[in-house]
Order: sequence, then C-alpha cells, then structure tokens
Amino acid sequence: MKFARLIWANMARGKVRTTLTIGSYAVALFLFGLLGAIQTAFNQGVEVAGADRLVARNKISLIMPLPVSYKERILQLPGVKCVTYATWFGGKYQDDKNFFPQFAIDTGTWLETYPEYEVPAAEWSAFLADREGCVIGRGTAEKYGFKVGDRVPIIATIFGGVWEFNVDGIYTGRRQEDDVTQFWFHGAYLEERRQWGKGMVGWYIVKVDSPDRAVSVSKAIDRRFANSSWETKTETESAFASGFVKQMGNIKLLILVIGGVVFFTLLLVTGNTMAMSVRERTGEIAVLKTIGFSGRTVLWLVLAESLAYAAQGGIIGLAAVKLYTLRGDPTGGMLPLFYLSGGRMALGLAVALLLGAAAGVIPAALAMRLRIVEALRRV
Amino acid sequence: MVRVDGSSGGALLISARNLDKAYIRGGQAVHVLRGLNLDVGEGEFVAFMGPSGSGKTTLLNLLGGLDLPSAGSITVAGDEITSLSAAKLTAWRARHVGFIFQMYNLMPVLTAFQNVELPLLLTRLSKAERRSHAEAALELVGLKDRIGHYPRELSGGQEQRVAIARAIVADPTFLLCDEPTGDLDRSSADEVMQLLCALCADYGKTILLVTHDPRAAERAGTLLHLEKGALVEAARK
Repeated sequence: MKFARLIWANMARGKVRTTLTIGSYAVALFLFGLLGAIQTAFNQGVEVAGADRLVARNKISLIMPLPVSYKERILQLPGVKCVTYATWFGGKYQDDKNFFPQFAIDTGTWLETYPEYEVPAAEWSAFLADREGCVIGRGTAEKYGFKVGDRVPIIATIFGGVWEFNVDGIYTGRRQEDDVTQFWFHGAYLEERRQWGKGMVGWYIVKVDSPDRAVSVSKAIDRRFANSSWETKTETESAFASGFVKQMGNIKLLILVIGGVVFFTLLLVTGNTMAMSVRERTGEIAVLKTIGFSGRTVLWLVLAESLAYAAQGGIIGLAAVKLYTLRGDPTGGMLPLFYLSGGRMALGLAVALLLGAAAGVIPAALAMRLRIVEALRRV
Repeated sequence: MVRVDGSSGGALLISARNLDKAYIRGGQAVHVLRGLNLDVGEGEFVAFMGPSGSGKTTLLNLLGGLDLPSAGSITVAGDEITSLSAAKLTAWRARHVGFIFQMYNLMPVLTAFQNVELPLLLTRLSKAERRSHAEAALELVGLKDRIGHYPRELSGGQEQRVAIARAIVADPTFLLCDEPTGDLDRSSADEVMQLLCALCADYGKTILLVTHDPRAAERAGTLLHLEKGALVEAARK
C-alpha cells in the first residue's frame, strides 16, 4: 500500500504517545484473552459434554451419594445403552496445591461411556488386572512427571489415610478440549478400603441410544427413584456441567462486565488520543487536501492509523496471553483446561480492530470535512 | 497575454470573469473581491501586490480551486472550475495546480524525497516511476544530495526548494505561490525567485505569485496591484 509510509510516519511522530496507545490496546487484549481462557476453562465441561450422555445425581446435592444398586435398575429402562458411575475421591498429591481430580470409576463400563478418551490396550488391560492400579491423564502425568510403572501416594482428604496407586496407563483425549487431567482408579478398590459409605457411589453417567431420548430417559430415571430414600436428579451432561459452573456464580456475566468496562475506557482513551493527534496536524491535513488528497482518502488515512494502533496492540496483547496460557493452569488444578483457542484470538483481534475503527471514526470524519482555506489560515 | 479589463484576446490559460467574494464577519458581508476580471496566457509569470487584506490570498485560493467565489466564474484550460463538484475540484487540483506556501508546509515526519513524492501517490505511477520523477524534481531544484533529509535538517531556503519540487513533480498546468519568499533571508529569497523564473522561462510554467516584496515582484513578467477588490496593471516587461 503506497500510503503505508505516510501512515507509519504519522504514527512514529509521537513515540511516547504511540507506545502508550499500543500498550493500552495490548493490556486490554491481554485481559480479554485471559478472561476468555478462564471462561473457556469454566465452560469446558459444557462444551465437551456428550449429547447422548446423562448424569444422574442425588436430588438433594451433588455431594450426597447414590446406592450402587441403582446401576442395574437404570439399565433396565428403555433407551438406556449403558451405565457407569464415578465417585469423587478428593485427594491431594504431596501438597494442598497439587490438585487434580481423582475418580473411583466403574472400570467395566467407563471407556464405553467415554469413547473420547484413549488408553493403549495393553495399559488398560494392565489396569484392569491391577486392583491398586490407576490411569492418569496426559496433562497431569506431564505436570507431575508420572509415568507408567510409578507408584503414586495420594493423601485422601475425605476417606482418610494415604492411598498408594500403581500407574498402569496414561490416557489422552481425541480432541484438544478433552480433559486430560483426571486420575482414575478402581471403584472396587475404594469400596474395599473405605471405612464408611460402603455400597454408595457419587453419581451415574447414563448413555442413551439416541440424544432425542435424553429428556424422556431423564424423566424415567427420576420417576423410578421418586419417593425413595435416595431420589435422583437426572439431566444432560451439558446441563450438569453448566449447573456446576453456576455454583461459582455467573462467570460469563462477570467477564462481560469487566471486559465491557475495560474496552469502553480504552475507547475513550484512544478516541481522545486520535482526536488530539489529528487536531495537531490540522495544517498538514489541509496541505494534503490542497495538493489533491480527497476527503475520503484523508478519512481512510486517519482510520488506517487508528486501526494500525489497534492491530499492533491487539497482536502484542494476544500473543502475550497466548504465551501465558501455554504455561498451563495458573491455579494449580482449578482450571485444568486453561488455554486460548484460535477462535478466541481471532475474536480478540476483531474486537481490537472494531475499537480502533470506533476510536478513529470521529477524528477521521473531522479531517475529511476540514475546510482547507480556514485550516491554512491557522497555519 | 495578461489582461484585467475583461476583454478577451489570444490563447488564454486562465480566465476569471466578474469575480465576487464576500465573507460574513460579525453578521455583515465584507466584500473582498468585487467584479474582478483576469486573463492569463500560458507561460506567463504574474505577480500580485497589494496591502494586507486586499484579497491577494483570496484570489489565489479561488484560482487554485481551494475556495468558491460568491459570484463570477473561473475557467482554466477550458474547464470552468467554479461549476465543478468538490470531488472533481479535488481531482482537478491534483492534476493542474502546484501550490507553494510562505511557510513551506512540508510534512515534518517525511524526508525531502517523501514530501516530493506525496502528489505522485495520487497517480497511477509505479513505485519506480514515482522515485524517478521525485528525484528529477529534486535535482531540478538543486537538492538531489539532500534527498533523505528531513525538513528539520534543511535551511529555510532549502525547505522552500523542496516545496517547489513538490509543487512541480506532477507537472501541473500552473503554479500558485503565496509569498514564497516571505519567510526567507535575501539570499535565499533570490535563489527561490531565480528558480521560479527558470521554471517559467525554461519550462514554460505559468506562475501566479502573491508577494509583498517589490524585489520579488519585479522579476515577474507582469505586476498587478489589487486595490479595493479589483486588479490594476502596474507594470509589464
């Protein structure tokens, strides 16, 4: 573009102002990316939820258990393809800050219910044969340096004592967004060792033969156990994950409000900067128009300058937050899938450019409408 | 042939008829130009003198298509510019007029070369052609060796010569010079006037010059005085 040098020269005339303006965009876009990564992490369960999976939990609360005998009774319902269960173990590895989710699972049906997880066949067979065995997600294994053959001690905060497990396998996810931070071990091992709550499990995951039957099967499950000592609340996996996030507050609204305030402030600051910058160049703009630059060309020159600030700041901010997220979960386990997606980065850049256009549109329009004779008189 | 009486004759480049220009100041109309007539032939060098506020710059602005008259018409090389739309007038200016200002009005953030190249950015010339044209213009004004210098690195006389190079680089039909020596010392002013004379004599450029400086004015082929909004011929070589 032949006007690029003119635009660049105008940007370079006030190095401090240019640096601060680009810095403002960079900080705002860093925050945008960070909030986006947090929101993605919170919503991950919702996004990866299987459309054909239901979660049946205790109607009173998620922390209340359900009888293990429910498995067979759920299986008898029409539309149910398979049923598995999990129990929250709530242990820690060495230290409080070393958090990753551990589940005591129904090993016979787990992978059938969660086909998105992949474990090498030999490792899975070894796990099935080892009562003290465990399978760990690749993310957690890499973070703590676990490998097959290791013996891992977990301090049980709910069930008491230190439980040792043999690492028999490492699982991966088929998709980038699949959670690879979990730690699975035998539900039977938990049942054998725990001192209380025997015969109970945390919740059931029910796979239906068609997503279209999700609602009817949910209702059937809840009807089946209505008026029992352990009533159920069954919902789609997506609704279950969504409800789990909502327990922590309206994260999306919070992020929208913070982001909105930051961007509105940025718009005011950069709009003012562009207006000052154009006002200082009234004479030069008049000269450009005198020698034949049309009002429309001048408008685009000012807008392009504003967009260039936004693009540079946006790219710097998004690159910085991408690098930050590549370091992994900053909370030590609360946000296992903390990453910035390509789509979110593209959205960030689009938002930055939109702000750049909004900040530049009024100064650009004023420059376009500048009357040459009056402006030259002031030079 | 320069005429100010409104009678036609010979091949004309610029023809202004019954020009009126009035401004509203404090709710009252102030007439700067009243029924002004002017004919300028191709290759003429015309100087305009007159007291401050006599309308010299206003006349230059009208002839350069920067402003519109309250009444009357201006025809340049067959185009009646007073009836052109704003967009067409802008395009016409880029093609036909080279402007030279008292304060040079160079872009401080661009080098001498980049300043001279500016009008060419509006043309379809390639980058190489633009470079060649800009270098030629700078060579013509004797500043090819200062091509990469910024305005702050040049003297006032050199800055004005860069401004002249910018004005002629697109080969305009005529040049409008608004007190081009007004901010220069005698020596630099002489250099600039010498350059303008050479452009007229050697390259046939039509030049209209507004000045307060009698020494600059006497270099022109025709000297016109602007008095009470009308032109009076003062001298002709």
